[in-house]
Amino acid sequence: MARTVAAFKVDHFQFLGPDGKLLDSQHTPALAKDFDRLCELYKLMSLTRVFDKKAVALQRTGKLGTYASSLGHEAAHVAIGAAMAEEDCFAPMYREYGAQFYRGVKMSEVLLYWGGDERGNAFSGPRHDFAWCVPIATQCLHAAGAAMAYKLRKEARVAVSVVGDGGSSKGDFLEAINAASAWKLPLVLVIVNNQWAISVPRSKQNTATTLAQKGIAGGLPSIQVDGNDLIACLWAMDKAIKAAREGKGAFVIEMMTYRLSDHTTADDARRYRPQDEVDAAWDREPLIRLRRYLMAEGVWDEGSEQELLAECAEFVQQAADEYVDIVTNNPQPVTAIFDYMYASLPHDLAEQRAYAEKYPEDGGHH
Amino acid sequence: MAQITLIEAVTLAMKRAMEEDASVVVLGEDVGVNGGVFRATAGLQQSFGDERVIDTPLAEVMIAGVTVGMASQGMKPVAEAQFCGFSMPMIDHLMCHAGRLRNRTRGRLSCPMVLRFPSGGGIHAPEHHSESPEALFAHMPGIRVVIPSSPSRAYGLLLAAIRDPDPVVFMEPKRIYRWQREDVADDGEELPLDVCFTLRDGKDLTLVTWGAMIKETLQAADQLEKQGISVEVIDVATISPLDMDTIIESVERTGRCVIIQEAPRHCGVASEIAANLADAGIFSLLAPVKRVCGYDTVMPLYRNEMKYMPSVRRIVDAANQVLEVS
Repeated sequence: MARTVAAFKVDHFQFLGPDGKLLDSQHTPALAKDFDRLCELYKLMSLTRVFDKKAVALQRTGKLGTYASSLGHEAAHVAIGAAMAEEDCFAPMYREYGAQFYRGVKMSEVLLYWGGDERGNAFSGPRHDFAWCVPIATQCLHAAGAAMAYKLRKEARVAVSVVGDGGSSKGDFLEAINAASAWKLPLVLVIVNNQWAISVPRSKQNTATTLAQKGIAGGLPSIQVDGNDLIACLWAMDKAIKAAREGKGAFVIEMMTYRLSDHTTADDARRYRPQDEVDAAWDREPLIRLRRYLMAEGVWDEGSEQELLAECAEFVQQAADEYVDIVTNNPQPVTAIFDYMYASLPHDLAEQRAYAEKYPEDGGHH
Repeated sequence: MAQITLIEAVTLAMKRAMEEDASVVVLGEDVGVNGGVFRATAGLQQSFGDERVIDTPLAEVMIAGVTVGMASQGMKPVAEAQFCGFSMPMIDHLMCHAGRLRNRTRGRLSCPMVLRFPSGGGIHAPEHHSESPEALFAHMPGIRVVIPSSPSRAYGLLLAAIRDPDPVVFMEPKRIYRWQREDVADDGEELPLDVCFTLRDGKDLTLVTWGAMIKETLQAADQLEKQGISVEVIDVATISPLDMDTIIESVERTGRCVIIQEAPRHCGVASEIAANLADAGIFSLLAPVKRVCGYDTVMPLYRNEMKYMPSVRRIVDAANQVLEVS
């Protein structure tokens, strides 16, 4: 005879519909009426989108290398940043600019990184935050390690890491869940599920109904939210970070969104992705619904929108100009290849550094 | 015969191998519908279906481990790591399993797999996309390591790698994926996996290199020829096992040798070649052997990547130092 020894459910949370209306005013969290906070975050989401468009334009005109767009992810990313305290640690993947801008990373620094200059990683955000992480999902374990450090030192700090739907297929992600469960770590793992891992759709990663349930399998409370609903994303992040900070352990949040752009500027999604799917996703995108909501609540109007867009355009142009100025007028010398390898330069590298200085212009940027 | 690029030759060799052997399957991230991020597998899924050209979940350890498992059961998997940096998690399965399977089972199981990936810098790619890790793989017992440097060698060497009964790491120099077009006959003729190719005959100096550095090395040879120096250029092609006979035979005639590699110098393949020259070629050498290499640093982000890699001038300067010794 068999008896059920474990069963699970995954709750999906959404408060704001694509039409900008609250779905169920009875269960809506209080932050849905915190219009100062929502307007502030709406502005950052808009700024992130304007920045993104500029970065793609810089790449297309040869002024930037390959760039990973954040188009469509603005609610998820901004909510992650907004829920964190400065002393918390962020371990991003490589397109969470909205979260990073909230934490003080400058736009020119994002451009420097994708523009092939390491100084972008020495950013103005919190000094303890991790840099962008290209090897997929490895950041999840670094965040678990950061959380372990805070736990051992009894600091009320939380580590937050982001992974994609594709990255959730990797051992690193699953191992981070396992470690966080074993050691009750102050860790929040966010799966920003944008449905596509370059050309591979979510349905081809595995047949699990949700990715959140991978957290449950490892023993962590896990939920799914509408990743295009800022209120749902922020509510979930606030809740998870509070629990982690209070010593209640780790949390997994799957944010359901859509990659409206190509994977990166080196990709052409038209090769593998149906256009009608992309068109339909635009109806659910995060900015319009929040704007509709704020306008209906009377805290935002067409005038403030126009003013915001003009401000964003100017701010982003300044950042682009700053970036171009740095790489044009103040490029890193060849010695910069050596100077951050170790705390002090070993003798063999000192020799190579001296040799490299004899070829300062060789094979320069082309 | 068609004029094709190196990457088209890679595709052609896989197509040929799949046509002639039903046990050959291709697997990796984005290799199917998308045809690979560099288009190396373009059209293969249309020709052979999604059970022979398999889009995998995003998990490199899984790709490597599953490839070992498939190979052990009589299939011939050709796995792709999307970029050199993403081959790093696969090392566990190569080092601890693929290279040891035949030996530890006394031949009962074997591992006829190929792991292909684009390697090297110079295309303005993001972080972790531009490394040259051939020495890491060449240090693994039981693994062959091959790096083609022309369309025809890519075709013949990849065919041989797929047909080989043991694991082969096939590193594709992406900087020269589309550098040259060459007539390549799709005749199924493979090239040997244990010889170097002499690209240019000379009598004063031997330049030894592989992969994308062939480009700068040939340009350096042209400059040196203008100085009146007769330069022999050798493409190593198969890093492991290393064909020292060809290199030593050349150095016996020229007496001088410079080895050029894009990878860091310390414990690199150039050092292995130099050590073999010290061992078996010492009495033919008229001057010290020089290595011109990438620095022993992290590969810089793209704005400084070409300063990291050996330039034509660095190669010519090293050659002249070697030539000045009398």
